[in-house]
Amino acid sequence: MTSIKLPTGAPGARVLGLGEYRPRRRVTNDELASRMETNDEWIQSRVGIAERRWASEDETLVEMSVAAGGKALAASGLDVTDIDLVLLATTSPPKAIPGLAPRVAHQIGIPRPGAFDVNAGCAGWCYALSAAADAIRAGSARNALVIGGERLTDYTNLEDRSTAVIFADGAGAAVVGPSDEPGIGPVAWGSDGDLHEAIAIPEGETGMSMAGQAVYRWATTKLTETLSEAMRRAGVGPDDIDVFAPHQANLRIIELMAKRLGLPDRTVIARDIIRSGNTSSASVPLALSAVMESGEAKSGDLALLLGYGAGLTFAGQVIRLP
Amino acid sequence: MSREDIQTGLAEILEEVAGVTPADATPEKSFTDDLDVDSLSMVEIATAVEDKFGVAIPDDQLANIKTVGDAINFIEKNQG
Repeated sequence: MTSIKLPTGAPGARVLGLGEYRPRRRVTNDELASRMETNDEWIQSRVGIAERRWASEDETLVEMSVAAGGKALAASGLDVTDIDLVLLATTSPPKAIPGLAPRVAHQIGIPRPGAFDVNAGCAGWCYALSAAADAIRAGSARNALVIGGERLTDYTNLEDRSTAVIFADGAGAAVVGPSDEPGIGPVAWGSDGDLHEAIAIPEGETGMSMAGQAVYRWATTKLTETLSEAMRRAGVGPDDIDVFAPHQANLRIIELMAKRLGLPDRTVIARDIIRSGNTSSASVPLALSAVMESGEAKSGDLALLLGYGAGLTFAGQVIRLP
Repeated sequence: MSREDIQTGLAEILEEVAGVTPADATPEKSFTDDLDVDSLSMVEIATAVEDKFGVAIPDDQLANIKTVGDAINFIEKNQG
């Protein structure tokens, strides 16, 4: 009987470089207040956003993803020919067919890599990161480019104050490669499909709606367990965590999660939402890029990541910063 | 548990979640109008009530709890 062979792969995988793209147009709370019934104080206290970026017409999902991916590649020191897997996490493609990862890869100049889109709500990038790490360890890929890109404003009713103040656009990316020492820990993931209506575009509509209280309750109670599991599976504890970078959904969720985890005071908490809004799949890589750029986080720091959102889905892991 | 004990326990929760002075947590007080507690903090309060009193408050019933007195009544009625 002929047996199927498997490649050897790598002992571990790690992030080699990060890249980001933030749209040009900054939209302040005051600008929104001039168009709808809201104000800066309410938005800041309830969601924690001071300003956000909305993509202009020329800042398409493909363009933003290509820009972020290209910067991550440059940061990694690798060449386009080194990348054989491109994952694009997005919930907001302009249309269903085709998926965009192959086109993004082509535009960056990566020659014919494996490429697919990942739609896993705001957990998409963490899901994709895990898939990339596993592919490298299993020998399915040598090096991967993992991009999170969104044009959420295409799917947001910009007159509806419950969502228009929150959702925003942008792209973040990481290059992942092999490593002798694990640089990406095992994923802790799951889903709560019974809550599928909590964040969704309702039937017959074009903009998202979100059951704010239900999502807040879910995020602040159910996900502490996932975060603990991500740490436990990686063999680390709260005291080891240098950076906490959860999906930037709402500043109060982030603060409550950090408090419930018992992270030490020294842990850097990513608060990119303050100037970026909620960018779904782009939010975790943008948050990581931000804490490194500001100098709050350094190369080699241990970061706890968590994506969570529409589906409802969630995925978290511990990684070492590049 | 007596209403007084429930009120005391609730006052502790309100102080922890929303910084409400315990002396202000009296039955006639409205969460939003008098105590500056918004709908997200109400969710945190509901979670803390479940931890402390073993009484779950689903979102749709949370919407009907407008005053401290409403909360005390709900907890008293649903205690095991």
